Amino acid sequence: MTPGMLRALWSYRGLVTGLVRRDLRVRSLRAAWGGAWLVIGPAIQIAIYTLVFSQVLVAKLPGVDDPLAYGFYLCAGILPWAFFTELVTRAQTLFLEYAPLLKAVRFPRSVLPAALLGTGVVNFVIPVAILLAVLLATGRWPGTVLLAAPPVLAVWAALALGLGILTGTLNVFFRDVGYAVGIALQFWFWLTPIVYPASIVPAPVRAALAWNPLTPLVAALQGIVVQGAWPAWETLLAPAGVALAAALLGWGAFLALSADLVDEL
Amino acid sequence: MSAALRVERLGKRYKHYARARHRLLEWLSAGRLVRHTAAWVLRGVSFEVARGEGVAIVGANGAGKSTLLHLIAGVTQPSEGRVEVAGRVAALELGLGFHPEFTGRQNAFAAGELLGLRAADVARLLPEIEAFAEIGAAIDDPVRTYSSGMQVRLAFAVATAVRPEILIVDEVLAVGDAYFQAKCMARIRRFRDEGTTLLFVSHDPTAVRRLCDRALLLDRGLLVRQGPAGEVLDYYNALIARLTSDYEIRQGRELAGEGGTTRSGSRDVQTAAVELLGSEGPQRAFPVGAPLRIRVSGAARRAVDALTVGFAIRDRLGVEVYGVNTHHLGAPALTLAAGEGFEAEFELPLAIGVGSYSLTIALHVGATHVEGNYDWWDEVTTFQVVPGSEPYFVGAAYLPTSVRFNGAQGAAAQAAGGEP
Repeated sequence: MTPGMLRALWSYRGLVTGLVRRDLRVRSLRAAWGGAWLVIGPAIQIAIYTLVFSQVLVAKLPGVDDPLAYGFYLCAGILPWAFFTELVTRAQTLFLEYAPLLKAVRFPRSVLPAALLGTGVVNFVIPVAILLAVLLATGRWPGTVLLAAPPVLAVWAALALGLGILTGTLNVFFRDVGYAVGIALQFWFWLTPIVYPASIVPAPVRAALAWNPLTPLVAALQGIVVQGAWPAWETLLAPAGVALAAALLGWGAFLALSADLVDEL
Repeated sequence: MSAALRVERLGKRYKHYARARHRLLEWLSAGRLVRHTAAWVLRGVSFEVARGEGVAIVGANGAGKSTLLHLIAGVTQPSEGRVEVAGRVAALELGLGFHPEFTGRQNAFAAGELLGLRAADVARLLPEIEAFAEIGAAIDDPVRTYSSGMQVRLAFAVATAVRPEILIVDEVLAVGDAYFQAKCMARIRRFRDEGTTLLFVSHDPTAVRRLCDRALLLDRGLLVRQGPAGEVLDYYNALIARLTSDYEIRQGRELAGEGGTTRSGSRDVQTAAVELLGSEGPQRAFPVGAPLRIRVSGAARRAVDALTVGFAIRDRLGVEVYGVNTHHLGAPALTLAAGEGFEAEFELPLAIGVGSYSLTIALHVGATHVEGNYDWWDEVTTFQVVPGSEPYFVGAAYLPTSVRFNGAQGAAAQAAGGEP
């Protein structure tokens, strides 16, 4: 992004926040407790992970004594994964959804990816706040190590947004891309140590997991939440490089194709 | 006269792919394979609009009016040429991205932000917007409950809440009732008096005459005429009258069983494909003077011994502009066995005037079709000749002209020099 584009985006920040607010409001339309559902859903989800897995199924994380550990391990992986898939899948329909706007009004094109990110962040922050509250209430507050989470999540978001914009742009021209992305995400979920710890899978599979840029990122987040451990920063360099490449590629494709994109909608 | 808007040789080409796969092929071949057909919806349009001027854009449906406005508003990117705009452009389009489930008030904020206003500005302007739209308490109802007229009122009120440098109005006003139309007209007039430049698309001649000084007439993507609004409108109306009569003639012919395009002959040899090629491959629009290649291919159904291929270019009124055949060009007639194919490629500079033309292809025996006609096909295809880099000219032919032009001093000086 050039400084000019950043300036244009900044001068349209009202539109970005407006679109985010509108996106969130759409979901509470014609609902008596619109805003409450934004909180109730994730709260139930977190309750299931922590209570059901610790009390009913008595699932334990290998090497950790705490009965609640597996539940928090799940939350530390699934909440960011939901954030990741939301960015990538919503990016597929982003331009199609805003087609009438793109065809009628001129505004900086970067507004749409920015609004996508904004909505994703809000939808992510709500369950994270609940998770943090539960951690605090159960006496498992990780402490200052939480400061390591935002940089890890920034890499995470850059990767998601880059891939999302790249495939979302291509999806306008070839709808096959959207279908393929949906399937790829399902594989990706199971090829990332989110519901299982990397330590329990056979060695060859573990070697394959090492190629997944999300593996070190999610491990860092799980370490922060479950063990209160600082990430091994050197393991995050490769994912950061991949994320940077994805972001540049996605942005480059978007810029190169944005003129044709409007003609195609 | 400072220009608020300058449009130079503007063109918009849409690519059409028969299959999504074809685009993939083009991408993968890095442009070496061409699998799309390009349609120029606008070509070679140049004009200037002075600050505070009101310009109407008239033309039949599909003439390229909306495409032109979209290019000026910066919503779509031109395929060639450029648009220079001085100042803030407000384009008035129906809906303006209104979300049906949100209230008029919420949508007013969203629309204002889309136009580049800040939420605080919209809040400050809202009482005025409400007053102008006159939709009363409905401002707090979801927009889905609005009539189309109410939506236009709100859209117009928001879009014109701040006076833009350039206002683009695209046929939206036709939706409102007479009272609201009058109100909008008054506001547009006031903006114009305050220096706003207006681009106006309307089929309503009265509105055009009242709001615009000048008019541009578009026809199938070409700027065919510009001048004082009244004059252009008269011309346009005459054109429509002729189209109507053309239509009636065609209807009559069809009723008589003659069909729109005529094709006759024994079909012993038959034309299968006719391609118009320019410098970039298949083309339907050519700049004046550009080389045109006409490639005709076909096959014989029965053995023939003296095939001549000819073509004729006709203008939109059906007048033959130019025609020739292989015989006159000195190419020997072809002898074909049954099932054998042929290809003829003519190349010529299109030194003819700007306009729409049709192509006739004839396959016949010997010098003229009188001896025997295999396949005579009128209006096989049509193409356009658009302004190129040559100076502006009028007429049916392009005769490259040079000029020597000086005042009388030369002669006077000579006379003075010869005196003493």
